Amino acid sequence: MRIAIASGKGGTGKTTLATNLAVAVSRQGRSAAYLDCDVEEPNGHLFLKPALAERTPVAIPVPRVIEQACEQCGQCGAICQYSAIVCLGQKVLVYPELCHGCGGCALACPCQAIIEVPREIGVVERGQAGPVQFVHGLLNVGEAQSPPVIKAVRAAAPDVDWLVIDAPPGTSCPVITAVLNSDFVVLVTEPTPFGLNDLILAVETVRQLELPFGVVINRADVGDGRVVDYCAAEQIPVLLEIPDDRRIAEAYSRGELVIDAVPETQAAFEQLQARLEESLLPHRTGEP
Amino acid sequence: MKELVIISGKGGTGKTSIVAAFATLAENAVLADCDVDAADLHLVLDPTIVKRETFSGGSQARIMPERCTACGKCAEVCRFDAVSSREADEGQREKAYRIDPIACEGCGVCAWFCPEEAIEFAPAINGEWFVSETRAGPMVHAKLGIAEENSGKLVSLVRERARETAKSRARDLVLIDGSPGIGCPVIASITGADLALVVTEPTLSGRHDLERVSDLTRHFRVETLICINKWDINENLTLNIEALARRRGLKVAGRVRYDRAITEAQIRMQSITEYATDGVTADVRQLWANVLETLRSPNVTATGTTN
Repeated sequence: MRIAIASGKGGTGKTTLATNLAVAVSRQGRSAAYLDCDVEEPNGHLFLKPALAERTPVAIPVPRVIEQACEQCGQCGAICQYSAIVCLGQKVLVYPELCHGCGGCALACPCQAIIEVPREIGVVERGQAGPVQFVHGLLNVGEAQSPPVIKAVRAAAPDVDWLVIDAPPGTSCPVITAVLNSDFVVLVTEPTPFGLNDLILAVETVRQLELPFGVVINRADVGDGRVVDYCAAEQIPVLLEIPDDRRIAEAYSRGELVIDAVPETQAAFEQLQARLEESLLPHRTGEP
Repeated sequence: MKELVIISGKGGTGKTSIVAAFATLAENAVLADCDVDAADLHLVLDPTIVKRETFSGGSQARIMPERCTACGKCAEVCRFDAVSSREADEGQREKAYRIDPIACEGCGVCAWFCPEEAIEFAPAINGEWFVSETRAGPMVHAKLGIAEENSGKLVSLVRERARETAKSRARDLVLIDGSPGIGCPVIASITGADLALVVTEPTLSGRHDLERVSDLTRHFRVETLICINKWDINENLTLNIEALARRRGLKVAGRVRYDRAITEAQIRMQSITEYATDGVTADVRQLWANVLETLRSPNVTATGTTN
């Protein structure tokens, strides 16, 4: 099963949950993989410390104009929605960093004067972290578009019992790209006004995607009770509540797995695993 | 007029709490919440909206079924797997094509090549933006629609309106709350700003993400300060990050201690400097004084906005 760990607000504990869940299920004898789809700021490797074995560049196709063939008709500039190719009098200018790689200009060009060349925007790395298979992506610094790198991370997912997807924060295209085609989304939040506000946005997002989801409340004893009230009113299952514990914060700060540093949390991750299995079984039996 | 942007790389390090405090300490600022897909500053500053407009960052394709002949050209040219088809079945005359609005990248290639002109390609509403009044001054903010794209364009729009507001109201500072990460909305929030303050925390993740986000500010040549929030969670790592910052030529503007008063203030819809007078508030006041000093130093020159 493919479990995406997401949140509207950053810093609520997505990576803590995703890395520890992947390790916890692998210790139960299941095959597990961890996919870090926060390609702008990936952190999973700091906790899982994988031996990276493979590195694959991620590129998007961008236009290159063959000047001898170009008749300056302007069709390329007319089709481009991103101002990435502009026809100015005798000259066609290409702004590769604005290009989304749709290929429209090459198709629209009546002179076959445009070829497409790959432009590297990031990299996908694969490796092994103990029993957990590890994949993450890195967007090159200065690049704006993370979704192609996230797609490449998702495409590199191995075939395992448990695929744990660590999503970036927010509610826009990078998050959507990370959680699409997952079987269940876990939304991690904290019981504060900011946590609640961003949880509501995240809930609206996963509802739009028609994905089943549940909530994990981290640092459950700080803040107020409004997140719990909201989940009850919306009939959203609260899968797990993790108390605020300085030992967890300190282990996190040092890049340690919480299930190793604070052993009693093992039971919490087993509970989460059981809740997820319960949530997914009815969906599974419903399939042909 | 100067633009100060608060970013973090890693999410949840305390950007918005610090911006809210700066907003109530600053005497002559316009606020710009550029975390357009998970905006939170309004939860503290309780804005009264005085102007509200829709935002369109691009167009979206839609197949008009009455004109579609199911030739399949759209599916052939779409690179984003946004066109799906359903085979003819009972009650459905023939094969039907449909564009998934979530997967659609808004490139318009399908509409351009559709031989039947059966694809409508019209500006989509991607969100809303607002100009508001708050107790800390005027504020420009926005809400990106759920599951929408073009957050970078919306960020640019919010900044532009904030600069205009500053000009018309004779305010000399635009205070920008940025979003986490290093991608499109962050790039849009920092390019051309006079000074960036990166809020980090003493964790390996915080340090890792600080390195990437300060690579980004260097790439776009924005002078950068850092501050370490919750510094006392791991003092050794705080020292380590401060040393790292100095090696990279980043000035350390301050440390802010861990204090649950930050959360208590948030629950009461107050900035920390409104809620508490000492402790963590003293740290934030000192940080603000240091940031102001850098902002006013002659080395920080407004790029492009010298008026």
